[in-house]
Amino acid sequence: MTGVLFVLITTFLASAVEAIEMVTIVLGVGATRGWRGTLVGAAAGFGVLAVIVVVAGIALSQVPIGPLRLIVGALLLVFGLQWFRKGVMRVAARGLAGIGMHPEDEPPEWDGVGFDWTAFVLAFKAVVLEGLEVAFIVVSFGANAGQMGVAVVGGVSAVVIIGGVGVVLQRLVTRIPRSLLQLVVGILLTTFGTFWSLEGLGIEWPGGDASILGLLVLYMATAGTYITIERRRALGFSPGV
Amino acid sequence: MERIWRWPVAFALFWYHFIIGDDWTVAAAVAVGLILTALLNSAHITAWWLVPVIVIAMLGLSLRRASKT
Repeated sequence: MTGVLFVLITTFLASAVEAIEMVTIVLGVGATRGWRGTLVGAAAGFGVLAVIVVVAGIALSQVPIGPLRLIVGALLLVFGLQWFRKGVMRVAARGLAGIGMHPEDEPPEWDGVGFDWTAFVLAFKAVVLEGLEVAFIVVSFGANAGQMGVAVVGGVSAVVIIGGVGVVLQRLVTRIPRSLLQLVVGILLTTFGTFWSLEGLGIEWPGGDASILGLLVLYMATAGTYITIERRRALGFSPGV
Repeated sequence: MERIWRWPVAFALFWYHFIIGDDWTVAAAVAVGLILTALLNSAHITAWWLVPVIVIAMLGLSLRRASKT
């Protein structure tokens, strides 16, 4: 069984990656269009996400562990590789830079009366769209590790902490190195996706659960190598030079 | 008739982009790797190394393609 700490760290970091963008958008909408419609929209979005997590969690808990590990492990592996690849490209290109704020992304100011449905829809969309990936990771990771409660705690606490930081220090959230976090989560998802999908096939890993650490080190070394290659390529060197 | 198909097609496309992303060859290679691993395992040949090798190789190829475009 995968350790509680691994599940907590992975779901926390994965949720933090999406929460940074979610909080940035929600704070931007709230600051420019007003807080009532924004907060109601964000709350409605979280309500939808909670329903998705509960329904998908109950459905996955009915599936036997062997097929679950194969199918969900393979999905996590493919999904994690996307983040792995994007993380390598972004860290190679931008290093530890945050996401920044683009003035063109900020919604127009609202000075009307009554309920601002535009703020509601913008905040709702930000929470649901950014949160869907978090819900996917939390549910699939929690079900595969047999630690759904821990996975939910990891996901929710990231959103609460990033949200809290955003409320107190708005600009700080945009400076969190999201690309690096995305790379770390991509490596973790690829590691567990590889381990679980092969376990689902009935493969015995040398060293049992300890091979998770071996895979983690291997993929971290891979990330370091590819970041170096990408940087050299961007500077005009060929990989062979 | 076209309208009836628009929603399921959009739904399928959403999940395709969500899970597989912009490079389908990586997902295809992972699927092939898992099938080959299952076949080797059924023939009692040690195969746990195959998927990690495919992951590392496909990541490199995909990054190389992405940097060229």
